[in-house]
Amino acid sequence: MARNISYQQAIGEALAQEMERDQTVVIMGEDVAGGAGAPGEDDAWGGVLGVTKGLYGKFGDRVLDTPITESAFIGAAVGAATAGLRPVAELMFIDFMGVCFDQIFNQAAKFRYMFGGNAETPVVIRTMYGAGLRAAAQHSQCLYPVFTHIPGLKVVTPATPYDAKGLLIQAIRDNDPVIFCEHKSLYTLEGDVPEEAYTIPFGEANITREGDDVTIVTLGRMLHVAQEAADALSKDSINCEIVDLRTTSPIDTDTIIESVENTGRLVVLDESNPRCSIATDVSALVSQEAFDSLKAPIRMVTAPHVPVPFAENLEDLYIPDAEQVKQAVNMVMGK
Amino acid sequence: MSNSIQAICMPKWGLSMKEGTVAAWLVDEGDEISPGDEIMDVETEKISSAVEASESGILKQQVANEGETLPVGALLGVIGNADSSGEDINAFITEFQANYVPPADDEEDVGAATENLELEGRNIRYLKKGEGGSPLILVHGFGGDLNNWLFNHDALAGQHTVYALDLPGHGSSSKDVGEGTIVNMVEIISAFMNALELDKAHLIGHSLGGAIVLSMAITYPEKAASLTLIGSAGLGEEIDGDYLNGFIAAERRKDLKPHVEKLFSDPALVTRQLINDLLAFKRIDGVQHALEKVLASFAPNGKQSNILRDKLKDVSCPILVIWGANDRIIPASHARDLADNVKVEIIEGQGHMVQMEAATKINQLIDDATT
Repeated sequence: MARNISYQQAIGEALAQEMERDQTVVIMGEDVAGGAGAPGEDDAWGGVLGVTKGLYGKFGDRVLDTPITESAFIGAAVGAATAGLRPVAELMFIDFMGVCFDQIFNQAAKFRYMFGGNAETPVVIRTMYGAGLRAAAQHSQCLYPVFTHIPGLKVVTPATPYDAKGLLIQAIRDNDPVIFCEHKSLYTLEGDVPEEAYTIPFGEANITREGDDVTIVTLGRMLHVAQEAADALSKDSINCEIVDLRTTSPIDTDTIIESVENTGRLVVLDESNPRCSIATDVSALVSQEAFDSLKAPIRMVTAPHVPVPFAENLEDLYIPDAEQVKQAVNMVMGK
Repeated sequence: MSNSIQAICMPKWGLSMKEGTVAAWLVDEGDEISPGDEIMDVETEKISSAVEASESGILKQQVANEGETLPVGALLGVIGNADSSGEDINAFITEFQANYVPPADDEEDVGAATENLELEGRNIRYLKKGEGGSPLILVHGFGGDLNNWLFNHDALAGQHTVYALDLPGHGSSSKDVGEGTIVNMVEIISAFMNALELDKAHLIGHSLGGAIVLSMAITYPEKAASLTLIGSAGLGEEIDGDYLNGFIAAERRKDLKPHVEKLFSDPALVTRQLINDLLAFKRIDGVQHALEKVLASFAPNGKQSNILRDKLKDVSCPILVIWGANDRIIPASHARDLADNVKVEIIEGQGHMVQMEAATKINQLIDDATT
């Protein structure tokens, strides 16, 4: 039975169900259990925003609090994965990933290749990304393009509670390293989620709205901005088709190209900074593979090439909004 | 003559439908219409279908415009007769609109519409519609669920208390199918009837569900008031094994769609949402295994193993067999040369999901056979 639960609850439920099903699934990270000196098990925090709350009481020593040393515990998780566990490491903010690039880029992502296909690294790194929570430049970035660039990593950006649960279970069962990116401002978003465990395959984009005029390719939190814009545009009889990528690596090129071949127009909406982003990647793909179908130049709607501002008014301006999407759609429509 | 004026309203197709969009009017103002005529195409999130007339008369006014999205129950058009004046029609519309209350946007309403029973350690989801009249049980086919009857629940509830259930391994029922045999399924339906204190019911089965209710009537003759078998399994060897295996194997939208299209005579009915809903079902833990088990029991190697054709003559309750003439899953030829106690209706131009695509006709046939 499906019921209405939040994105955060959907992630917590996926973790609990996989830990129940598979004894090799362990969780590690800063304060995921309770943190040193935290009150009792019942009051354990469950991570900085409480996503893993309740798991420590149920699974005890399979929920490991770590010191504030990302490089050490991400390395430990990668090593444990090669030795038979399925660790889910929580790296609080994607912005902190820089200190463990070697463990991720040069070790986890390369093991299968370097050992001639004989090594598997079934590790999941869960992390928060995105602007909107007044968390300033060092806690608000959208760094999924950085990971998408590296062969050997899988990169997941769920936009809804349903997708969050199914993609996280898929990530845990996957035998490759997965970077699982959760947008902070989606945690409270509610939606229908089945009680049972289920998986969503990687590399299958979700067409959340069908339309014949313009394709909007997007992901993560921006899906909801695209939907807001498409609702408004439909009143002007402009029918947008929205493609939610769900995973940026692997990426569902077929669905993108088929949609653009039908609409002939593309707007890419991506919250990351514009250079070397998902927006540029999708734009390049379409100009190379579907150029003849295009009736207008591709438009990208992204954040500007600046750090995320802390001032509230500037942060609001930084995040792409429905108005910018509408303008971009109108431009490709020649209006 | 104002009592001859009838409203055409936005239908409610399935549990979650809250609104629909008028895709196209199929009749013009002034046209004569008869029951079963397609009046307009309506699109919802889940499905597109035609609204069919339930009354005869003349379409006096198209109230809803093409492209307009309206809540369930909203006024779409008005049917009258030759004597209905413009004033009568306008007065009818004014009165309807003054009294019309759109359904509340209440999420709870959706969940409360189905109920759950614990049977032999399994959770069984079911839908109950209507009160009074003799009970009628709808049993879906392989890979289906109670929503396969979404165009039938309400119409049949006029004369009956209608129960539609999700078989084990299907819909929102438990995914444990036991041995996955037809006999197992019969025991579940028998337990379902016992739990709800239904001594006897009209049993309606589609596809695999047909073989199940037929088997039920053979094992528990006292429980079957009548049988309606629609595009039914159990009446011959042939079945489209490519469909069955393809349905199980498909993991992605692209792979699943061509198989699902085989079910319908009009492939346009296979909306993206329909495929997404099927994929969401297939991706639940345990479903794949359940479907494989059921298939291995009822149609291993692309042939049906459980043929009950010769037993039909021994069934004492009335039997109606309905088939879409162009059924691509189980051929309509299985409806030929059945025992004398079987009434057969072949619906021209229809496919395997005939109860959805020709719902008005099927509802009428079931009503006639069960009252």
